[in-house]
Amino acid sequence: MGGNNDALPVRTGFMGWLNKRLPVDQFMRDQLTGYYAPKNFNFWYFFGVLSLVALVLQLVTGIFLTMHYKVGETTAFDSVQYIMREVPYGDLIRYMHSTGASAFFIVVYLHMFRAFLYGSYKGPRELLWLFGMAVYLALMAEAFMGYVLPWGNMSYWGAGVIVNIFGTIPVIGPGLVDWIRGDYGIADATLNRFFSLHVVAVPLVLLLLVALHLVALRQNGSNNPDGIEIKEKKGPDGIPLDGIPFHPYYTLKDLVGVGVFLILFAVVMFFVPTFGGLFLEAANFEPANPVSTPDEIAPVWYFTPYYAILRAVPNQRLGALLMALSLIFFFLLPWLDRSPVKSWRYRPVRWRVALGIFVVSFIGLGYLGMQKPEGLYVLLARIFTVLYFAFFVLMPFYTRGESTSRVPERVTFHHD
Amino acid sequence: MQNRWMRIAITLVAGLALGSGVALAAEEAGHEGAGHGVEWQHWKAGNEVNNQASLQRGAANFVNYCMGCHSLKYMRYQRMAEDLHISTEQLQANLIPTGAKPTDYMLSSFPAADAEAWFGRAPPDLSLVARARGTDWVYRFLKGFYVDKTRPIGTNNLALEGAAMPAVLSDLEGVKAVVFAAGPAGPEGREVEHFETVAAGRLKSEEFDGFVRDTVNFLDYAGDPSQVRRRSIGLWVVLFLLVFTAFAWLLKKEYWKDVH
Repeated sequence: MGGNNDALPVRTGFMGWLNKRLPVDQFMRDQLTGYYAPKNFNFWYFFGVLSLVALVLQLVTGIFLTMHYKVGETTAFDSVQYIMREVPYGDLIRYMHSTGASAFFIVVYLHMFRAFLYGSYKGPRELLWLFGMAVYLALMAEAFMGYVLPWGNMSYWGAGVIVNIFGTIPVIGPGLVDWIRGDYGIADATLNRFFSLHVVAVPLVLLLLVALHLVALRQNGSNNPDGIEIKEKKGPDGIPLDGIPFHPYYTLKDLVGVGVFLILFAVVMFFVPTFGGLFLEAANFEPANPVSTPDEIAPVWYFTPYYAILRAVPNQRLGALLMALSLIFFFLLPWLDRSPVKSWRYRPVRWRVALGIFVVSFIGLGYLGMQKPEGLYVLLARIFTVLYFAFFVLMPFYTRGESTSRVPERVTFHHD
Repeated sequence: MQNRWMRIAITLVAGLALGSGVALAAEEAGHEGAGHGVEWQHWKAGNEVNNQASLQRGAANFVNYCMGCHSLKYMRYQRMAEDLHISTEQLQANLIPTGAKPTDYMLSSFPAADAEAWFGRAPPDLSLVARARGTDWVYRFLKGFYVDKTRPIGTNNLALEGAAMPAVLSDLEGVKAVVFAAGPAGPEGREVEHFETVAAGRLKSEEFDGFVRDTVNFLDYAGDPSQVRRRSIGLWVVLFLLVFTAFAWLLKKEYWKDVH
C-alpha cells in the first residue's frame, strides 16, 4: 500500500499509453489507495456510500421509467399501469424506483444523524455539511415532483397542498403559486413542468451538489466516531497513524454494507412494495380527480415531520414560516453548536439529553404528520414543535462552556 | 468490532420481522371483543392470490356477473388466460364476448351514457379497486347489500352508504334486511344488530362466501397481475444477495485481519 508520496508505478503497453493521456493511476492513488480514512468507522459510516447507491439506483431506474412513462393529464396514470402490466419487468423497475425514493430518505436521515452524533458538521467541515444540506433540499424537491408524476388522486391533492404553502408568502405569494403551477390549479401544465424538473433539472443539480460534497469531504478527510483529526498524528512516512487506505479496506467493508442494504431493499421491493401505505398510498391507485378529495391528505412519510410543524400552528402563514425555519436551522448547525468537542462520546449528559429530545421530537412529528390533527395529537404536535426549535435556538447557550471529558489522542474502538 | 455491523444487521432484520409480527398480532387483537351483533366491519376476504383454481372461478364470476357493467381496462384476456392457465379454447368458449379478440382489453359493452342515465353514475373501472380500497373492503361491499326502501334502487350497502349499484348477486345470496344497532356509526359504517332473510338465494351462506372470496381474489390478481411472479423472482434475488453478502463479508474479514 503506497503512500501519497510514493512514485506511481511505471507502466508500459496500453496502461502506459492510457496514463500518459488520462491520470488513471494518479486518480486511483489520490482517491482510493492513497486516501487514508480513520480505521474506527462504525455502523453509522455506511450511510454515506448507501446514499450514493440509492442515488445511482434512482437515476438508472428513472431512465428506464422515462422510456415508457407518458407525461400528460390524460396519459400519465394509464402509462404507469402500462409499465406495471405490459412493459417486461416494468413492475420491478417501477417498484425499485418507488422503494428507492423511501430508501434514499432513510439512509440520508441516518447519514445526517451520524453527523449529529459525532459532530461531523463542525469545523473544518462546515461547507461539507452545507453541501450535504443542499443535497437534502434538492432531494426533497426531487421527491415531491416525482410523487406528482403518477397523477394519482393523492399526487394531485398533495401537490395542491404543498404548492399552496408558497401562497402564504406576503405580497408575491399568490402570483408565485400561479407561476409554479403554470395554471390556476394543479393541471396538465404543472405535470409537464414537474416532469421536466424531475428528470432533467433537479438531477443535474443533485449530481453537482453530490460532487461538491465529495470534494469537500476529501479536502479534510472523514471525521470519525471519536471526533479526532487523524491527520494531526502522522508517522515518519507522512501517513496518519490511525488511517487505513480507503481501498481495499473501506471499499470491501462498504461492499458488505451495500449487500445488507440490498437484502433489506429487495425484501421490501419484492414482497411489501407499498409498505402498508407508507411508501405507496392506497389513494394513489385512483386517478387524479379534481372533484373527489381523498379522506386525509398527507404527504409521504419523509415529509411528515415538517408537515406536522406546518399544521401545529393555527395561523397558516406563521406555520409556513416555522416550516421554512425548521429547515434553515439545519444549515446554521455548525455555528449554533459551540462545544469544542465533536463526538458525543466526550460531551456531557446535557448534550446527549438535548440530542435525544430532538430525535424524539423529529420522529414524533413524523408520526403526527400522518395522523388526523385532532385532540391530543394537536397538543403533542405543538409540544414537539417547541422542543424541536428549542434544540436549535438554545444550542449556543447549553453548548457553551460544556464540561467535556478528555478526548483521547488516538482513535478507539468504542461500542456505542 | 469487526462483527459489530453484522450483529446490527441481524438485529435489524430480526427487529423488522418481530415488529411486523407484533403489528399483525396487535391488529388481530384489536378486532376481538369490539362488541355485539354482526361485526361486518371485520369480515376478511382471506383470499390467496396464488390459488389458481380460485382465480379461475373468480375470473368466470367476474365475466358473468360484473363485466356487464364494469371493465378491467388495463387487463387483456390473453394475459389473464396465460397467468391463470386457462386454455385458448376455454377462453374463446367461455370468457371472451363474441367478436372480441384475445389481445383485447377486458372492456364492458355497457354504454357509459346509458349507465349514467340509469344509475346516476357510470360504473367504475375495477382494475385497481382491490389496491385502492383493499381486498377486505371489496369483500364487505359484495356481501354488504341490504334492502332499503328509501333508496331509488331499493337496496343500500353497508360498506358504501348510498351505493348506486343494485344488488346484482341477490339471485345467489338471497335478499336480506338489516336491523341496525342503536348508537352512532363507527368510522367504517353503521353497527349491525342482525340480518333478516327476506328471500333465500340459490347458494348456501358458505357457498356464497366462497363465491365472493374467489371474485375478490380475481380482483386482487387483476390489480397487480405480476405479483405472484414478482414474489417468486424476489425469493431468488434475496437468496443471491445473501450468498453475495456472505462472501463479501468473508473477503472483508480476510483483508481486515491486519487492522488493529
